[in-house]
Amino acid sequence: MKKAASKISAAEIKSHGLTADEYARIKKIMGREPNLVELGIFSVMWSEHCSYKSSKRWLKTLPTKAPWVICGPGENAGVIDIGDGLAAIFKMESHNHPSYIEPYQGAATGVGGILRDVFTMGARPIANMNALRFGDPKHPKTKHLISGVVSGIGGYGNCVGVPTVGGEVNFHSSYNGNILVNAMAVGLARQDKIFYSAASGAGNSVVYVGSKTGRDGIHGATMASAEFDEASEEKRPTVQVGDPFTEKLLIEACLELMATDAIVAIQDMGAAGLTSSSFEMASKGGLGVELNLDNVPQRETGMTAYEMMLSESQERMLMILKPGKEKLAEKIFKKWELDFAIIGKLTRTGRMVLKHGGKIVGDLPIDPLAKAAPEYDRPWVPSPKQPVIATHDVKDVDWREALKTLMGCPDLASRRWVWQQYDHTVMADTIQRPGGDAAVVRIHGTNRGLAISTDCTPRYVKADPIEGGKQAVAETWRNLTAVGARPLAITDNLNFGNPEKPAIMGQIVGAIQGIGEACNKLGYPVVSGNVSLYNETDGKPILPTPAIGGVGVLDDLSKVMTLAFKRDDEVVILIGQKDSASGWLGQSLYLREVCGQEAGAPPPVDLEKEKAAGDVVRNLISNGLVTACHDISDGGLMVALAEMALASNIGCTLDDPGAPRHGLLFGEDQGRYIVTCKTADAKRIIADTDEMGVPVKVIGRTGGSDISIIGAGAVSLKALHILHEGWFPTYMAS
Amino acid sequence: MKAAVIVFPGSNRDRDVALAVEQSTGQPPAMIWHQEAKLPKLDLIVVPGGFSYGDYLRCGAMASQSPIMAEVKRQAAKGVRVIGICNGFQILTETGLLPGVLMRNRGLKFICTDVHLKVEQTKSAFTSRYKKGEVIRFHIAHNEGNFYADAKTLKQIEDKGQVAFRYCEANGKVSNAGNPNGAKNHIAGIFNVKRNVLGLMPHPEVMSDPMLGCNNARRMFDSMVEAVA
Repeated sequence: MKKAASKISAAEIKSHGLTADEYARIKKIMGREPNLVELGIFSVMWSEHCSYKSSKRWLKTLPTKAPWVICGPGENAGVIDIGDGLAAIFKMESHNHPSYIEPYQGAATGVGGILRDVFTMGARPIANMNALRFGDPKHPKTKHLISGVVSGIGGYGNCVGVPTVGGEVNFHSSYNGNILVNAMAVGLARQDKIFYSAASGAGNSVVYVGSKTGRDGIHGATMASAEFDEASEEKRPTVQVGDPFTEKLLIEACLELMATDAIVAIQDMGAAGLTSSSFEMASKGGLGVELNLDNVPQRETGMTAYEMMLSESQERMLMILKPGKEKLAEKIFKKWELDFAIIGKLTRTGRMVLKHGGKIVGDLPIDPLAKAAPEYDRPWVPSPKQPVIATHDVKDVDWREALKTLMGCPDLASRRWVWQQYDHTVMADTIQRPGGDAAVVRIHGTNRGLAISTDCTPRYVKADPIEGGKQAVAETWRNLTAVGARPLAITDNLNFGNPEKPAIMGQIVGAIQGIGEACNKLGYPVVSGNVSLYNETDGKPILPTPAIGGVGVLDDLSKVMTLAFKRDDEVVILIGQKDSASGWLGQSLYLREVCGQEAGAPPPVDLEKEKAAGDVVRNLISNGLVTACHDISDGGLMVALAEMALASNIGCTLDDPGAPRHGLLFGEDQGRYIVTCKTADAKRIIADTDEMGVPVKVIGRTGGSDISIIGAGAVSLKALHILHEGWFPTYMAS
Repeated sequence: MKAAVIVFPGSNRDRDVALAVEQSTGQPPAMIWHQEAKLPKLDLIVVPGGFSYGDYLRCGAMASQSPIMAEVKRQAAKGVRVIGICNGFQILTETGLLPGVLMRNRGLKFICTDVHLKVEQTKSAFTSRYKKGEVIRFHIAHNEGNFYADAKTLKQIEDKGQVAFRYCEANGKVSNAGNPNGAKNHIAGIFNVKRNVLGLMPHPEVMSDPMLGCNNARRMFDSMVEAVA
């Protein structure tokens, strides 16, 4: 046993992010003082990231079940049944802090990590998505961060050969010191070939494959060097370095081995690397594990047990193989020029025993450590309700000026500059490229598809966490509906500030409540997710940002719907707009961008009406009555129409709703869609929609090269195009 | 028609092009691992797109040293048709089967977008089903597609009718505005002198399926089948 020569000091405990109370608990579990290796293991296993200690209590309230859910939260990713014996496996995860420190590698390894979560379970990754939040465009660091993050996402995803098919990019000054990089991956597997992480079979080999272990990513942020007795060791940056080429080889090698019958369990080495992967596998299987760290493939000489256990080197996996399958597996990994090493075996002891240099350097009980992980019921206060802003209290600016301002503002301008840097067509199954309501990828070799959308409106969540949580879920559901898909399930990536502050904890509690309500009502459960807390700089928190990634299925790709107007002289119909509504301007982009005010309660989400409107729209699409469809979100009706027009270069003419127009034209009331149809089909659409009790109204016709309102002027598509396409490239070149 | 697709570590459009080939030939091509030193009797060899060896060192440089590429060179010399797409084009220039080099895009960024091409040379097994001067929508996805050759080599390429495709605007105008990456003479694809080897940056494999929005490249694969028949 390596002697804990000097007792662990209070400073070391603190630098490992552990409280005095948590340390007392550790001593009780161990029956003695831990040594530094053991302390390191406790600290990562009990970190917020691995243990969800602040959020677990609330996450438990989320709905996670449906007949089509094969595996909910708790595994590497969520798994749903998409028919024909196939499963979609997906998850979204944050890489916020590393991306702020080193945007290229931070974002790149975010993509790499989420891909591993998906192919660990036996899926071939088929789509990448992302949700990015940057600070104020005027902030001096913003441009540099965008440039690095976008090339990092592209650099990794393009090389690994998985298309990046969509996502979102938003700006707000609250992210000035803390950007958000949330990456989502979706994979496809056969239902009888799904791999889980629970180890079984004492005596089975524990196998390490992939890249070698280096000193990158070691826990550095929380390690105070002064007390660290290996302080002479060179300090490495805490941000890991990604190698997408190795990841590509690892995908192919793992899938090749998975096609045989050799694997008992498999888990990627993500956060907390070898520690959390071996711990979780043994813990889930109720077993012990013995690791000989001398056998770990190492990139550098002289690595200590502490470093190997806490390294976050990328592109590594841990597997439990069936007895006698070692040779077969080794041959496959050698073919792909990857490291392969048997580093230990499963035991019945229920303990994790670490050997290094012939000595036992760590010996911890697995179950007590996992079970006794702290769980906090942190104090919280509900967010104060914001006043509802009456439409007549908001200035009614000429709609043409307002529309031009909105279409060229940072949050609504075209993201072409971003997604042109992502390979979104590799794999030859991208049916709907970036820029639509949802990305659509074909289920390889079939006429069916998956639709994917990531959404969140953080300013709504800040103003009312419950309504904002509902809205984030509903918007993904709406986007999937708008392309004709049946929404099935979500992954959630909950980004918040410091949960030790009751106001922030109140945002977390409220948003989870809203997400839960929406999931329940829409039959749209949570199957995977990630929590990222402490997103604060100098005590200033980010806007609460529970990013939602929704996945749905299209049963007939010939019916996939797009938002572009298709031809002149079609009927434009608004679905879901209450007749009495004057338009909800509180927290709208109109209020912020045109009137310079971020204020008020956000638009409420009526989940009954939401579901009714979505179900109607999906049926209309499925019945072939609709020629284009777009949901109405940020910027309201006029922005949605302008996006439909710009996508096709076909304009439209609207009936005048009468002054004041701003609420109706730019209000962000929820649960609404615009559809177009041939003149002959309008009657049936109105009748079908009306019959379901959903408001429906003809508002104009397509055609021409302007967006115009009869008697109230026009804006040319040419002018809108320049503003809409111009902002991003001009900004990045400035 | 017997076809094979060469697979390098890091190839990632191999499966896509295999499907496009199968669509035209009616049978799946053989997938050949880069370590092989011999090829069976073939009518077509495809060097696919991707990031062989991670594009570390220089795009295509390491792949060009694989055992299989020596065999591809021997087969090409015998007249077997070889097509290199994107990274495959880079590999063919690195092996010397095609002249020139592919440099980093003018804008220093990866570009994934649709482009327009003007068909320059229809007298080949790859382009016989196109009309000379025809403008077709195609697709690119690359970081190093900026074709470069010295003035003397360029003149030879032009004089011998080795230019297969040039980037152009939607209306067919060959211009800087239609050139996405800064390629010399707006070159998107070139032949060797005998025109049995074609290298191009655009991806025909994602333009061969109406479900993906465009079927313009189907004729390229159909041309190859016709040439063998």
